[in-house]
Amino acid sequence: MANVEPIRPMPVLDLGTPAPPRADHEVIAQMVRQNAKVLDIGCADGALLNLLARERGVKGRGMELSQAGVNACVAKGLSVVQGDADRDLKDYPSAAFDYVILSKTIQAVRHPRVVLKELARIGERVIVSFPNFGHWRVRAALFGGGRMPVTGNLPARWYETDNLHLCTVRDFAEMAESLHLTIERAVPLTRGQPGAPFAKNIWRANWFAEEAVFLLAQN
Amino acid sequence: MRVIHALMNQSTAARLQAAGGVRTLTFDASQPLQLSNGQMLSPLTIAFETYGALNADKTNAVLVCHALTGDQFVASPNPVTGRPAWWPRIVGPGRPIDTNRFYVICANVLGGCMGTTGPASPAPDGQPYGVRFPVITVADMVRAQAMLVEALGIQSLFLVIGGSIGGMQALQWASAYPKRVFACASIATAARHSAQNIAFYEVGRQAIMADPDWRAGGYLTQGTKPSKGLAVARMAAHITYLSEEALHHKFDRALQGREKVSFGFDADFQVESYLRHQGQSFVDRFDANSYLYITRAVDYFDLAADFGGNLANAFQGGQTRHCVFAFSSDWHYPPEGNRAVVRALIAAGAEASFVEVETGKGHDAFLLEEPAFEAALTGFIDSAAASRGLALQGGA
Repeated sequence: MANVEPIRPMPVLDLGTPAPPRADHEVIAQMVRQNAKVLDIGCADGALLNLLARERGVKGRGMELSQAGVNACVAKGLSVVQGDADRDLKDYPSAAFDYVILSKTIQAVRHPRVVLKELARIGERVIVSFPNFGHWRVRAALFGGGRMPVTGNLPARWYETDNLHLCTVRDFAEMAESLHLTIERAVPLTRGQPGAPFAKNIWRANWFAEEAVFLLAQN
Repeated sequence: MRVIHALMNQSTAARLQAAGGVRTLTFDASQPLQLSNGQMLSPLTIAFETYGALNADKTNAVLVCHALTGDQFVASPNPVTGRPAWWPRIVGPGRPIDTNRFYVICANVLGGCMGTTGPASPAPDGQPYGVRFPVITVADMVRAQAMLVEALGIQSLFLVIGGSIGGMQALQWASAYPKRVFACASIATAARHSAQNIAFYEVGRQAIMADPDWRAGGYLTQGTKPSKGLAVARMAAHITYLSEEALHHKFDRALQGREKVSFGFDADFQVESYLRHQGQSFVDRFDANSYLYITRAVDYFDLAADFGGNLANAFQGGQTRHCVFAFSSDWHYPPEGNRAVVRALIAAGAEASFVEVETGKGHDAFLLEEPAFEAALTGFIDSAAASRGLALQGGA
């Protein structure tokens, strides 16, 4: 055993100052009830699950497409499996979670409507955050510049992006309604902060929100 | 060891002794063991090792289940064979299963040949069982372990962990005794033995039984040893523990101690020489009949079969948290079979993680240096220990 060096001491959880949370994550954390059962689809490196554990006492679970992300999550002590939202949601039993979260992932799945329907089956409530393709800057880039927009929320060029199905705030709301889901809350975000100028209703939010977080419930 | 003796003294149902000067511990069950085939097995002795100290609440016990040809010496050298600890990267002071913190139990499997009752043990008539030993199952192995754990006064294990057929035992534990398993780590395993694996095991068994020295299983009383057959069995099985990539990198077509092929049947190639060595060194430490019985038990393993063919039902209602580990180049127990376990756990609503480690080392990767595996296993264990209220450091 002499050739095996100890790997301890090592911390269980990173108790140091956490990196500032992503704006949509903060909004999501405010929507989630204390000690709720949460499933995070597309949980990446587990930043949101860690935030929910810290701020809401949530013992969450996650699914992530990239195996490197999964391994990093498990090494952090999170319960995460490798899986594809388009393929593997059917494994989950119905009404198994209080909240199922899809943060900035819906635009990258192959069948967003099917995925959202599955999420509503698995969770009592569904929380979705996504970049708003209806933002005036996006419209300006297309309308004025005639080019696909490259913005803070849409940083990749058209030929490099993982995004398959970009939508606007109104598009998303319409799809949720078509699935008979109630929009309990819709929070616009601009410049990394909740809120957007003039965004008193969904029409204006569609122009002025850079991103949005929707809290949906079964009718 | 003093700790164990004190514990066992409290238990009138169990007796503990140092076995013949070997530092392994044995437990003699006071009850016969109920076997899956309907028979009762008695007497039953289980040889085991422990590392670390059991805490006052008895909440820090870890059961390590060994693989087909492993033994109870998970973290210390085997005094009989002189072989080093088989899992030193995982179990030991400061390792993912930290013996400064956890009380680690590893028992020689039922049907084995390192002190636990098996086909080489004396039957009630005083002669070795040989093939008169009853055919056992993975569930029987686990039932025997459960008797030992109970005798040690442990109501609930913090963790049951194992790789390969040790992983099958871990899954069987979680399914059969959900309240007695807080966390379960199953590594490079499957909930059912595949046709391909049954086929490879059958080749091994046929090799043993074709050896004239096997003597219809009675070689122990007739003073022979089916070494040739057992060596071939080991060689065939060993190939499945590696990968084409690993064999290519390690040997390719390199010749063994010669410039050109001999136009004969010597071990011209390094890979032949390596396999012959694997076979030869195996026969010195393993009983051929044990090999027959344990491989048969694994062939019979199909956890879902007892649950109407639905694996999720095997884990329904359990509170055990699971972590399943697979290795990308493992073709003995491929990632897909491990993923099937994860799917079932998810469907059962169990808390589950799934880690697939990218490696070219094949099935045996779980015994080798794999930093991603160790990091994820450490994260899983530490997180589970925190949930159980176990201190980060120290055993008490």
